[in-house]
Amino acid sequence: MEKVKVAVIGPGNIGSDLMYKIFRSEHLEMALMTGIVESEGIKRARNLGIKTSTEGVQAVLADEEIKIVFDATGAKPHLQHAPLLKAAGKIAIDLTPAAVGPYVVPCVNLDQVETEPNLNMVTCGGQATVPIVYAINQVSKVKYAEIVACISSKSAGPGTRQNIDEFTQTTAKALTVVGGAEKAKALIVLNPADPPLMMTDTVYVEVENPDEQAILASVEAMVKQVQSYVPGYRLRVPPIIEGNRVTAIIEIEGAGDFLPKYSGNLDIITSAAIAVAEKLASKILKKGEVA
Amino acid sequence: MSGTKSIHLVDTTLRDGSHAISHQYTAEQIATIAAGLDAAGVEYIEVSHGDGLAGSSINYGRSAISEEEMLKAASSVIKKGTLTVLLLPGIGTQEDLEMAIHYGAKAVRVATHVTEADIAQQHIAMAKKMGLKTFGFLMLSHMASPEKIVEQAKLFESYGADVIYVADSAGAMLPEDVKARIGAVVNTVSVPVGFHAHNNLTLATANSLAAIEAGASYIDGTCRGLGAGAGNCQIEALVGVLNKKGYQTGVDLYKIMDVAEGLVEPIMHRPQVVRNSAFMLGYAGVYSSFLLHADRAAAKFNLDPRDILVELGNKKMVGGQEDMIIDVAYQLAKKRGA
Repeated sequence: MEKVKVAVIGPGNIGSDLMYKIFRSEHLEMALMTGIVESEGIKRARNLGIKTSTEGVQAVLADEEIKIVFDATGAKPHLQHAPLLKAAGKIAIDLTPAAVGPYVVPCVNLDQVETEPNLNMVTCGGQATVPIVYAINQVSKVKYAEIVACISSKSAGPGTRQNIDEFTQTTAKALTVVGGAEKAKALIVLNPADPPLMMTDTVYVEVENPDEQAILASVEAMVKQVQSYVPGYRLRVPPIIEGNRVTAIIEIEGAGDFLPKYSGNLDIITSAAIAVAEKLASKILKKGEVA
Repeated sequence: MSGTKSIHLVDTTLRDGSHAISHQYTAEQIATIAAGLDAAGVEYIEVSHGDGLAGSSINYGRSAISEEEMLKAASSVIKKGTLTVLLLPGIGTQEDLEMAIHYGAKAVRVATHVTEADIAQQHIAMAKKMGLKTFGFLMLSHMASPEKIVEQAKLFESYGADVIYVADSAGAMLPEDVKARIGAVVNTVSVPVGFHAHNNLTLATANSLAAIEAGASYIDGTCRGLGAGAGNCQIEALVGVLNKKGYQTGVDLYKIMDVAEGLVEPIMHRPQVVRNSAFMLGYAGVYSSFLLHADRAAAKFNLDPRDILVELGNKKMVGGQEDMIIDVAYQLAKKRGA
């Protein structure tokens, strides 16, 4: 089968996990791993027979065949990369907090944003909870959504730790913009328990006139949709309805591609990014744009 | 020991105490109590939602009034003392801190779980830049070794914290645990060290004294001990005890006693005594704020709150994970039903 060539910028944990997921993809071909210095991640990719570079985004721009680019660097570098990639006609899938393009949560709004040149993957908490809020909002108007994301300390890298406000602010924004809540709040807790805990996300929503059966059915259907690209996504506590409040708890076990299984927080965002890329790649292949 | 050593007191009746009344302080109550504390000579007066700025939520309980109103009420009456706020990164943000500064906060305690000090770097740096007295506050310190606490305290110091706190948020420490941790931090950092007690094992005052003996110079308390779990160190009693020990606090004993009895006691929802589930928090090493949430979950799922608390302790849940009380109760009830 024909594949679309993709590149990963940023050979850290996220970039390496993306690479392993790309290996398994039917539509994506891992054409390049690029960073700005020689690193463990670059070495790992090279040892696996992947073309590597320490020229950063320049190496991507130099290869015309690369159509889709995952950016797993940081907000500042992505702000520089985004216009360059766009000018070169490459689609950027942004795993940084830069949010140059619209937020995308594959099972919710990919169809609406799939023609955009730059798509932002929100946060791990956003990927986990926006689908639930959206599912409930389909059947009972969500006035307020609040989520609590718990991730194991070991899976919270320096990027998350030094910018923890960005997590709560971005996640809350996505709950309204993509999830459909009128207002939203996000909380994050790091738990150092050893062995590490799996990622859990609690979703509280306040709705108008909750219809219990409709909410349960909508949430269960949505969980199945998310599972199609994040197999370890599970409903740990199904929606509990008290008055106008709905509470549900999700857990995410990682696929263990490169990152350990407890890193469900990292797995859900890389899995979602791959799901986006696959959809875009199949569109490109259908159009016959690949030479 | 010389009889003139000074101890700085931080009153957190209007912050930790807020847990015990489910965050229902009114602006009038805050103004009256803050004025009383200020007149009694309390140096630091902490006012925030129990879980810090922006803590008002479904997960932790909603405040009766906005944080702006709380801080306005307090700052309008505090003349000598320092209006202090609490900020837990992950809950509150730098924007929330800016709001608090705008409404008169002059000091901030930036609190993280005892092993996660590095999530507070930005907030401490910002607070320092804005000219606030800045405390680094390590929660649930019973869960880490003295060595680990020293490592985390040094991080806070490197970010610019003016004071490092070791908090026994679960009220789980014995006096020797307190001495080991406070002593280790005092020996390592060059800034003053503080201690925050909970009374779950009925040791709040004894532990506060142990902390002072080990070198702490900042101590937390609340009127009538009002606070999460079995409450905090009872500040009016602590003032008396410190007087007897020959320490200076700058607080007038009768005046603080009058604030406790005349202003705080009448608004308490229940006497601050060590009930069974509150004791279990300390015994199982669980975050004190979980108490009322666990009682509610126990009633809802028809369980013994002690079983929920012990399971939360086994699972090593940390501060802020009130949502996991529902999870644990749901899983326990499911197991029972099966």
